[in-house]
Amino acid sequence: MTPPVFWGLLGMALVVMGLYALIVHAHLLRKVLALNIMSSGVFLVFIGLARRAPGDGMPMAVDPVPQAMVLTGIVVAVAATGLALALIVRLRALTGRTTLGDDASD
Amino acid sequence: MAEPQDRNRDRDDDEHRAVPDRAAAPGSARARQALRPAARRLLALAMLGLFGGFAAAVLSLSHPAAGLAAAVAARIDESGVSHPVTAVLLDFRGYDTLLELVVLLLALLGTWSVGRARGCAGNAPGPLLRQLPRLLVPLIVLVAGYLLWVGAHAPGGAFQAGSLLAGVGILLCLSGQPLPRWANGLPLRLLAVLGVAVFATLGVGAAMLPGAAPLDWPPAQAKTLILTVELAAMLSIGVILAALFAGGRP
Repeated sequence: MTPPVFWGLLGMALVVMGLYALIVHAHLLRKVLALNIMSSGVFLVFIGLARRAPGDGMPMAVDPVPQAMVLTGIVVAVAATGLALALIVRLRALTGRTTLGDDASD
Repeated sequence: MAEPQDRNRDRDDDEHRAVPDRAAAPGSARARQALRPAARRLLALAMLGLFGGFAAAVLSLSHPAAGLAAAVAARIDESGVSHPVTAVLLDFRGYDTLLELVVLLLALLGTWSVGRARGCAGNAPGPLLRQLPRLLVPLIVLVAGYLLWVGAHAPGGAFQAGSLLAGVGILLCLSGQPLPRWANGLPLRLLAVLGVAVFATLGVGAAMLPGAAPLDWPPAQAKTLILTVELAAMLSIGVILAALFAGGRP
């Protein structure tokens, strides 16, 4: 198993685990954490597969385009997390709840 | 205008303290787990299947694959910088980076529209935390400047430097040294939009040259333009991330 395949599979495993947690947990903070794990998995896949370029060891052997996209993605993920946390804090201040859904189930 | 807002804020804070955390109460296990055990087992099986599909997709890719490394290497001289990731970020795929700064700005506007910042020094900082910024802040600012400059030919650049600057903001906030009142108004907002404003202005300006498109830097001035954009982006990213940490409008 070459390193790109290993990191690619590991990243996919993180995506799937994050998706499972996103669906299973009702608490919004856990959902935000699950989304962050999913995005970390996607970044790992991109970074891992960027190393498939031929000529191991050379600085230019790594594809820079996926790396630049991951850099963009990290910033967007951080911004989305910040906004989501602010919305959770507001929801809790207004309703006292940290879950979504109808009131009957709460 | 300011007074009703303040009263609102106080009421919110009171509610915040008065309401018990229902999710943490005993008997509310159902609130933590949205699904019944049988449904969770089914979901776990579905996730395993999904992973199988993803794994097959990764394994079916050709190894090695050239990707775009050769295309970037062939035209890197036109970008004015020698580090390929910086060249992709600020020249070849400049729209990505410009719109990413817009996303950051929108997230900040969304956070500010949701509520006011609560202030991050809730409990009194100890003597260590009060003294730490004197040591760390100058060092962090120095490293941020170095990372910005070195990004032209080595790993580094506006995002890494900007997140270090955000660390300065968070450290000052946690150690009980918030921004002076005058800086919370227009200066903060100007710094937050600086990155998008400089990037967009220079990008449109570059299109005025004969035969050029927006964000298409002329090779002779490319390095100067990229460093200018990165400097503005670094300041904006630092201010926006620190303001997101504060969690509301100042």
